[in-house]
Amino acid sequence: MAASDTRDEVALARDLLAGAPGAFDSFVEVFRSKIFHYAQMVCGQPEDAEEVAQDTLLKVFSNFGQLREPERVKAWVFRIARNECLMRKRKSVFAPTQELSLDSFLPHKDRDDDRRLEIADWSALPDDQALRAELKEVVHTAIGQLPEIYRAVILLRDIEELTTEEAAEVLDISREAVKTRLHRARLAVRQMLDEYMKGARAGGRR
Amino acid sequence: MDTAKHDQENCRDVFALLSEYLDRELTPQSCAEIEAHLAGCPPCIEFLDSLKRTIRLCHDCEETGKPRPLSAEQREKLVAAYRTFLSSK
Repeated sequence: MAASDTRDEVALARDLLAGAPGAFDSFVEVFRSKIFHYAQMVCGQPEDAEEVAQDTLLKVFSNFGQLREPERVKAWVFRIARNECLMRKRKSVFAPTQELSLDSFLPHKDRDDDRRLEIADWSALPDDQALRAELKEVVHTAIGQLPEIYRAVILLRDIEELTTEEAAEVLDISREAVKTRLHRARLAVRQMLDEYMKGARAGGRR
Repeated sequence: MDTAKHDQENCRDVFALLSEYLDRELTPQSCAEIEAHLAGCPPCIEFLDSLKRTIRLCHDCEETGKPRPLSAEQREKLVAAYRTFLSSK
């Protein structure tokens, strides 16, 4: 992932700060897609996401002098993007959140064989392109159904690939809170995938 | 029975740390403890593998959906904001 991407993004920010030729278009190309995708997952609508991308970039360029450390460009941009999303928030999307309990995701051991868990067989996953496309949809749906505090973290960490520190900065929470929420979000998504695969198997999908 | 209970408690402890383990955010000592547990616990290995695949699928989701191309008017506004920034330096 992300280490080389992050270096590229930092280089883009440095070039932009320096007014290097071509820096503007490169920066817009890279960050507009990232912001659009993030906003689409947060707001749910492509139209909102395009608006968020535009308004975020406008704020980024207008306030670029405030970016003291180009190394933090990604967190800085996503923080602006998140605020833009929050300004468009719908009550249903940002309803008061419920806590996800770790225990609810602890898998049971198989009743007939305690060396195994009651989970689906994930082994055939990588080679089946059609199934992978379906699974991406399941992941999208699963993330969309997460309570907001968990969705916010998994979007930044696992989809946009920000570091724990960057996600903590964007969301204004502690690193520990990022880690705890990320784990629970992943477990919830994993559980939905597991249920989907059990269903696919029972239905003779594989 | 005692051994089974002990194992389950260990599994629960490991279960709580699996994301940090995969993200390499644990101390070397905690990593070693988890690896020692995993070495003797196929169910936890199986679970860890499914969690790894979940994370990979999340990474893949980044590629879906593209915005429409930037309109001339949108670009103009962004260029104007950037020029203002450059001239204020």
